[in-house]
Amino acid sequence: MKILFYILQKEFTQIFRNKSMLPIIFAMPMVQMLILVFAATFEIKQLDISVVDNDHSPASRQLIHQVMGNKLFHVDYFPTSAKEAELLIQATKTDLALVIPKDFDKKLTLHEGADVQILVDAINGNAAQLGSAYLSNIITDFAHQIRVKEAVVSQMQPTTINVTPSFWYNAELNYKFYMAPGILVILITIVGMLLGSMNLVREKELGTIEQINVTPIKKWQFIAGKLLPFLVIGLFDLAFGLTLAKLVFSIPIRGSLPLLFFLASIYLVLVLSAGLFISTISETQQQATFSVYFFMMVFLLMSGLFTPVESMPLWAQRLDYINPLYYFVKIMRGVILKGAGLADVFREFAALVVYASIMFSLAIMRYRKTS
Amino acid sequence: MKRFYAFVKKEFLHIFRDRRTLVILFGIPIVQLLLFGYALSSEVRDVKVAVADFSKDELSRKITNQIAASPWFQLVTVTDNPAQYEELLRSGQAKEIIVFEPKFAQKLTHQGKVSVQLIADASEPNTAQLVVNYTTAIINSNMQATAAKLSIKPDIDIKTRMLYNENMKDAFNFIPGLMAMILMLISAMMTAITIAREKEMGTMEILLASPLKPIQIILGKVTPYMILSILNAIVIVGLGTFLFGLPIRGELMLLMFEVLLYIFLALSLGIMISTIAANQMVAMAISGFVLMLPSILLSGFIFPIKNMPLPLQVVAQAMPPRWFVETVRMVMLKGADLTLVWKHTLIMIGFSVLFIVISMKKFKVRL
Repeated sequence: MKILFYILQKEFTQIFRNKSMLPIIFAMPMVQMLILVFAATFEIKQLDISVVDNDHSPASRQLIHQVMGNKLFHVDYFPTSAKEAELLIQATKTDLALVIPKDFDKKLTLHEGADVQILVDAINGNAAQLGSAYLSNIITDFAHQIRVKEAVVSQMQPTTINVTPSFWYNAELNYKFYMAPGILVILITIVGMLLGSMNLVREKELGTIEQINVTPIKKWQFIAGKLLPFLVIGLFDLAFGLTLAKLVFSIPIRGSLPLLFFLASIYLVLVLSAGLFISTISETQQQATFSVYFFMMVFLLMSGLFTPVESMPLWAQRLDYINPLYYFVKIMRGVILKGAGLADVFREFAALVVYASIMFSLAIMRYRKTS
Repeated sequence: MKRFYAFVKKEFLHIFRDRRTLVILFGIPIVQLLLFGYALSSEVRDVKVAVADFSKDELSRKITNQIAASPWFQLVTVTDNPAQYEELLRSGQAKEIIVFEPKFAQKLTHQGKVSVQLIADASEPNTAQLVVNYTTAIINSNMQATAAKLSIKPDIDIKTRMLYNENMKDAFNFIPGLMAMILMLISAMMTAITIAREKEMGTMEILLASPLKPIQIILGKVTPYMILSILNAIVIVGLGTFLFGLPIRGELMLLMFEVLLYIFLALSLGIMISTIAANQMVAMAISGFVLMLPSILLSGFIFPIKNMPLPLQVVAQAMPPRWFVETVRMVMLKGADLTLVWKHTLIMIGFSVLFIVISMKKFKVRL
């Protein structure tokens, strides 16, 4: 126990002596958190649109007026032909174009079914679908208004089913509530993986590991000594990040904080052990870095942070069983946003415990005192 | 020149000897392409829903069956116990609960109006919104059967044309972004770390004391990574074209030029980081936090820049990948020529010059 204490003392001294690492460990994650939570949003706030009016009639003007009146749409250009409107989309100056044909007003008054054309930049398929749906809604509303004005709406009341949605846990559908716990997961994962994987291999590269190898320090003591300081740092980063999330984004923390930190500790042991394991099988820091980045990117993208896990094909969902981030993202969102207790996330908890013990043992086993 | 050649050869040997890094360098783009192409999708599919049916009549059962049969949903359970809602949602067993009130069909025929309540787990707002929309659509389409008898031809017929990506494939959106990310990783991060390594190990002094000029040392360090980056760019574009049917609508030469320019930019950024960072760990941390996350999240690769708050939009303009992603999308997918991307090109040249000037200043001081 005494030996472990000395190793811990050594590691802490080393961390706090390295002045260039300190801001990276503590300040960077916070800055990142502030930036990224604001950046990571699928919510559409602005659509640039050009309108081609070939009709120049009261009806076409009224329609354009309605599009302009919607605060989502910015009507910036009025090209004279559909071809020109397409060029604007090609130059990425606009996202959509609305083309009103020549006989728009006439056909509308005669109820012959006027047609309009919407051009959409569909490279981002999701945004394109939403954008064209919003614009279609405006146009349909416009048509409906005209009909109401002309009082041709039939007197017959069709039977209706009234659908009333209620959004639990996040009534305003605030995207930041969703992203903040996710970004916290990324940050403590990066800090943990980075510190864990670089540390041991660095001692190898610099040759200082030889000095430790000739001491009576046991393998598990050495690994634990490397792991604990970073665990403390990781938890500190989490606490700091949560405070920021609470203060800046007023994110509700519904679950129990001790539970959250308990689960986070298990997760950090897992991540740090994985980092140390990679460290023991790498010869250079460069090698360790790339191995870490490779796994982290794959795990990150598949974790359900940005895209829902359910929409992945079955094989990919199965693959997620070995993805530590998948479990922890679920835990963080569940505990923070939904107030989940240990019983609700028991499956995830059990998976993390098993996984962490395997990784920790692997890291100890792979560390060799003889070369 | 002969010395320089020998030095480059030495650097190549260094890289080729480290098999694992080499495998990962080419593994990353391939695995990511496959993941994005086959696994990830921001669409909603197979969402778990529960139905709370207090009516259990013909109509509520019919709607339930329709929901269960749709590709968007996966029916997990039918309950009539309101106490269960909370547990279902909290544990993630269901993302939405559809509640039919008692005497559902009866009310509809007698009063002409009945309501369905949807309870969605909005801790995932995007999914919640889509799920509610889809459910509403299914329920309404059910009513359309009756409404169709009364309905009149629509007044305005909207024809929508999806330009540049008719089938709205995700691959079209992500491949340019993936290219930006991976080239940044290889060019900037690898360069930063190798040069920082020489410093950390003390071998930089040996190199500086050799007859090689500092510029030759830097170029020698950078050349292998440049070649690797170019190969990787070819792999990405090739896979994108053959596997996902990505078109190259613009000039191939222009695309190549822009890719080379971006690689050059990333390399100079890597050199700049290495002149600032004292050791590999710092170089890696800077690359990780300053390069990777912003190049994923602030480049418009996943999240459109337009939707961000104004200060962040300004920050995004200072991110080199942002310009590259747009350039590739325009040249490759929209068939744009230099007259449309000259601004992007100039900005990328500007960034490269800036990074080189800063590195030269910093480098001189250390000598």
